Amino acid sequence: MNRRAVILLTGLAITLLALPLFANSYLLSIATLFLFFAYTGQAWNIMMGFAGQLSLGHALYLGVGGYSAAALYFHYGISPLIGLWLAVMICAALSACLGALAFRYGISGVYFTLLTIAFAECARIGFDHFTWLGGSAGLFLKVAQRDRIDILNLRGPPALYYYAILLLAGLAFGLCSWLLRRRPGYYWQAIRENEEAAAALGINTFRWKILAVVISAAMTAVAGVFLAFYYNNLFPEQIFNINRSVEIILGPIVGGMGTLFGPVIGAALMTLLTDGATELVAALGWDIPGVKQLIYGVILLAVVVFLPHGIWPAIARKLKLER
Amino acid sequence: MNLLEVQNVEKSFRGLRAVSDVSFEVEANSIVALIGPNGAGKTTLFNLIAGALAPDNGTISFDGQPIAGLRPDQICARGIGRTFQIVKPFAGLSVLDNVTVGALQRNANVITARAVAEDILIKLGLAAKCDQPAASLTLPDRKRLEVARALATGPKLLLLDEVMAGLRPTECDEVVAILRALKQRDGMTILLIEHVMRAVMALADRVIVLHHGEIIGEGTPAEVVRQPAVVASYLGETSEP
Repeated sequence: MNRRAVILLTGLAITLLALPLFANSYLLSIATLFLFFAYTGQAWNIMMGFAGQLSLGHALYLGVGGYSAAALYFHYGISPLIGLWLAVMICAALSACLGALAFRYGISGVYFTLLTIAFAECARIGFDHFTWLGGSAGLFLKVAQRDRIDILNLRGPPALYYYAILLLAGLAFGLCSWLLRRRPGYYWQAIRENEEAAAALGINTFRWKILAVVISAAMTAVAGVFLAFYYNNLFPEQIFNINRSVEIILGPIVGGMGTLFGPVIGAALMTLLTDGATELVAALGWDIPGVKQLIYGVILLAVVVFLPHGIWPAIARKLKLER
Repeated sequence: MNLLEVQNVEKSFRGLRAVSDVSFEVEANSIVALIGPNGAGKTTLFNLIAGALAPDNGTISFDGQPIAGLRPDQICARGIGRTFQIVKPFAGLSVLDNVTVGALQRNANVITARAVAEDILIKLGLAAKCDQPAASLTLPDRKRLEVARALATGPKLLLLDEVMAGLRPTECDEVVAILRALKQRDGMTILLIEHVMRAVMALADRVIVLHHGEIIGEGTPAEVVRQPAVVASYLGETSEP
C-alpha cells in the first residue's frame, strides 16, 4: 500500500470514528446502515469476488445467525456476545453442508447459485412455521433503553450500534486484506480464474472453495446478530427474503468485485442512493410516484454500463493506487 | 531408474477407445516425446497421468508409488507438473501472480513463493512482463507462462502438451534451449506431446508414437521416423497395388 492509500484510509477512519460526535440521529442511522452493507458486502465478496462462487442466498446466514442469538437471549437471557458464537457455528456448519453438497456433486455456476437461493427459501418457509421462534408473527426482543449502555446485552443508544458495526466493518476489512495477500487469496483467485488450472497447480479446489463459503457465511451470521439486536425484531418474511440477499451483493458488484475497497464504496453509494434519493426528491418537492426508484435505477444502470468492473478499479486507476 | 511407469492403461469414452493397453516408461532425467496424429489419444494419456481423468484399467506409478485415480492436486503434490494444450492462464492476475500460485505449492509463505516465481520467470524470459495481466500476453508468451507455472510447483516430472505449437522457428528454438537447460542443469525429467518435429528431433532422447490409442513405434528420434508404421500413420498407406 502506498502513501496516498494510507492517507486516504486514515482520513476515512478518523471521520468514521468521530461521526457520532456531530451527526444527528438520522445521519447516524444512515451511517450504521452503510457500515452494515460494507460489512456484509465484504463477507459476500470473499465467496464471489475472491473465489468466484456466486451466492444469492446470503439472507440465509443473516436470518439463521440473527435467530440463533435472538433465541438464546429471548428464551434464556443469554448475552448476544455468547449467542454470536452459536450463530457463527450454526452458519458455518450450514454453509459447509451446502458447499459440500454442491462441490461434491459438481454443481457449479448458475446451478450453485440456485442452490443457495433454495437453501434460503427453505429457511424462510421453515421459520414461518417455527413457533418457538415466533413463526410468521415474528420474534420481538425487549426494546433497548436508549440512555443506558449495556454492551454485554447489546442494548443502548444508537451510537453503541454504530460503533459495534464500525468495529465489525473494520475487522472485516482487515481480515479480507490479510486473506487476499496470503495463500488463501492467491488460491481463491486462481480457482475463480480457472478451476482446472488451479487443480493442476496442486490446489485442492474442493477444500478451498468450502473454506471461502464457510468464512463468508460465518461473517454474515455476525451481521445477522447485529441486525436482530439493532431492530429488536425478526420476521422470516423479511430477513430471509431474497431482496435481502440482493441488497447484500449490490454494494460489492457496484463497488468492484474482488477488491478490498469495492464493497465499502459500493455500500456507500447504495446507501446514499436509497436515502439520498428520498432526500433529494423531498427537497425538490417532486411529488411523483416512483421517481425515487427511477433515480436509483438510472444511476445503477450507468455504473453497470460505464464501469463494468465497478467503481473502485476506475478510481484506483485514476489515483494510481493498487487494487 | 524409471521415474514414471505406465502399464496396460486403458480409457474409453462411451465405447470409444481413446487409449488402449498402453505401456511405457520414462527414465529419470530424460526427455521423452509423445507423437502421433490428431486424435491419437496423446492428451487423454496426459490427463490420465495428471489425474484429470481416471483410467478404466491399468496402473500408473510415479517414483515407485501408484498414482492412478488420484486427484490432480494430489498428483501435483507428488511432483508432476503439467501444462494444458489449450492454455489456461489466470487471465485476471498478473504474470507474476500466476506463477506465484504455482510456487505456493512448496512454499507456504507468499514472499518466498514470489521470489521463486521471479527466478522462474527470469529463466523463461518472461521477467520483463511480470506485472502485466496474463490476459495481455501473446500466445507464445502464454505457452511460456504455462511452463513457468508448472515449473513453479517444483516438479520432478514435467508434462508439456504442445508448448511449441504456433511458435515461429526462432521462438521454438528458444523453448528448446530452455527445456534442454532444465534437463541438464536442474535434472528435470520431461514428457512432452509435440507436433513440431524440429523440436522433437532436437530434444527427445526417446520418442513414443501413438496411433488410434495404441503405441505403434518407439525409439530414438532418428529410428522412429524411419519406421514404416509411423510414416504410414502420418502420411497414410500407399494404395498402389
